[in-house]
Amino acid sequence: MIFLFAGFAALLVASSLLVVLHRNPVTSALFLVLAFCSLGGIYLLLQAEFVALVQVIVYAGAIMVLFLFVIMYLNLRQDVERGVQTAIRRGLGWLVGAVLLAEAFALIAKRWQVGPVSGGPEMLEGNTQAIGRALYTRYLFPFEITSLLLLVAMIGVIVIAKGRGGTAAADDSAEEKP
Amino acid sequence: MSGVIPLSWSLALSATLFVIGVVGVLVRRNALVIFMSIELMLNAANLAFVAFGRSLQSLDGQIFVFFVMTVAAAEVAVGLAIIVNLFRLRETVFVDEVNLLKG
Amino acid sequence: MAALWNQPDVQVAVWALLKVGIILNGMLILVSYMIFAERKIAGHMQARTGPNRVGWFGFMQPWADVLKLFFKEEFIPAEANRVIFHIAPMLAVIPALVTFAVVPFGPGPALVGADVNVGLLVFLAMSSLGVYAITLGGWASNNKYALLGGLRSSAQMISYELAMGLSTIGVLMLAGSLSLVDIVHAQSKVAHVFGLPIPGWYVLYQPVAFVIFMITALAETNRAPFDLPEAEGELVAGFHTEYSSMKFGLFFLGEFMNVISISCIAVTLFLGGWNGPGPASLGLLWFALKLALLLFFFIWIRWTYPRLRYDQLMNLGWKVLLPLALANIVLTAIAIQWVSGAAG
Repeated sequence: MIFLFAGFAALLVASSLLVVLHRNPVTSALFLVLAFCSLGGIYLLLQAEFVALVQVIVYAGAIMVLFLFVIMYLNLRQDVERGVQTAIRRGLGWLVGAVLLAEAFALIAKRWQVGPVSGGPEMLEGNTQAIGRALYTRYLFPFEITSLLLLVAMIGVIVIAKGRGGTAAADDSAEEKP
Repeated sequence: MSGVIPLSWSLALSATLFVIGVVGVLVRRNALVIFMSIELMLNAANLAFVAFGRSLQSLDGQIFVFFVMTVAAAEVAVGLAIIVNLFRLRETVFVDEVNLLKG
Repeated sequence: MAALWNQPDVQVAVWALLKVGIILNGMLILVSYMIFAERKIAGHMQARTGPNRVGWFGFMQPWADVLKLFFKEEFIPAEANRVIFHIAPMLAVIPALVTFAVVPFGPGPALVGADVNVGLLVFLAMSSLGVYAITLGGWASNNKYALLGGLRSSAQMISYELAMGLSTIGVLMLAGSLSLVDIVHAQSKVAHVFGLPIPGWYVLYQPVAFVIFMITALAETNRAPFDLPEAEGELVAGFHTEYSSMKFGLFFLGEFMNVISISCIAVTLFLGGWNGPGPASLGLLWFALKLALLLFFFIWIRWTYPRLRYDQLMNLGWKVLLPLALANIVLTAIAIQWVSGAAG
């Protein structure tokens, strides 16, 4: 178990580093897919099977396909990153990252006392049913709000993607101009 | 196969993932890659939720992951639409070349 | 050596490897003979004989085809993204193969790769990963026809995945489990109506869901009438225009592997899996028979219906199948509540 965890963790860190480092956005997106899949593996080891597979379905199967779709639609190739300003920003970025990582590890290394939770649903063996029950009883209101959120997002996307005032057909003809 | 993964390991992994996301946002200028880095940060939070849920034997952590995923899906859809629109207006996805408030 | 063998971990691993080997080889042979069957059936539907030269009635034709594919020259376009160009065909086969891990081929734990409690989700996750092969293959070829085919396919597969996932929910509600083994067990009840035995297969309780599932299965596997990604009239060969030799072979293999894996899931969810008359030892045979029936259905549809237009495809997916699947879920929920209310 520990070895599997270490393997998935190494894969996760390596692929997410490559997401940040690789210049080609398509390759970045693919490494992000790999990162999400290995994160799914880690969820499996943490006994969250349902979350693990939903992670693969939602992130790898839907969100990243959307990303790829947009990258291909915009026909992006290698990013150019040159100039002094870029170099300074990059150096500062890594510095901030290092400081943040050191802080986080210092925090984790401290012995924190985590108290028991009260009233929440217990983690059981077959957890899909338990999750469903919790979502439709204890968390019903937030659950309904997320459905509203998705509806609003959908309407928002359609409004944004349609552009101003024009119909979809007029918009398509405008795209075909070079 | 035996042995439970210590909470601190999962948290350290989560912190590393989060920091990689932060660095990605700070370092890159491609809006799409910045967006992917934000996804990394959200997933770092998810990992922390699941790890805490495991160590406290509570399902709450996993349920929060669902809400985060829903928000992430909505956010990606809207964000990508904005990026596509930006590309139509400015012919670029580099955030430092988009420096005018008026389109 | 014996001490090593006595460890449960090692035994589990060896068993798993054995199962993987058997399923992998069995499926490869099944794919090659399904291609053969497709050519034969297509031939007979068009009043010709189909391949009949190699071996007995052309029975060795698949081997000849595979050998030919292996020995063909491999060609990579100059401007292609080489790494992704190489990875895409592998991605076409792997998700389809992973799905077989959770399919219960027969009664008893020996005939199931792994009885996981989220088996159906494994299938849905793998079918959602299937998009990548085609999209990336099309993009990496650096060819406009291939790119168009790839983009079409990703739009198509995302649209139909929703209806497919929703159509399985009715079955889940009836079975009360995500484990495919439990779903098969739940269908083993035989009801007697006027003395006639009625099997408990969910196709009888969820006919609408079954129809939606089969239509979306055709779309997910890019088979005719939904083979728009490779519509040869307008896109040359679609996403695999630039692929040759065994890389093309892998795409081909992946397509048929997907057809078989999705048919296995359809048999498990709707046609009662290994349930059938006779003793339980006939389970594998019943499964194979039902699978053969569905595979014939796939071939039959392909050589019967013309290809849909792109707007027709999107309209069917979003305006017909999706609302129908949602309505099916609501009706199933009401029915379950009503029946359990009447019983309790």
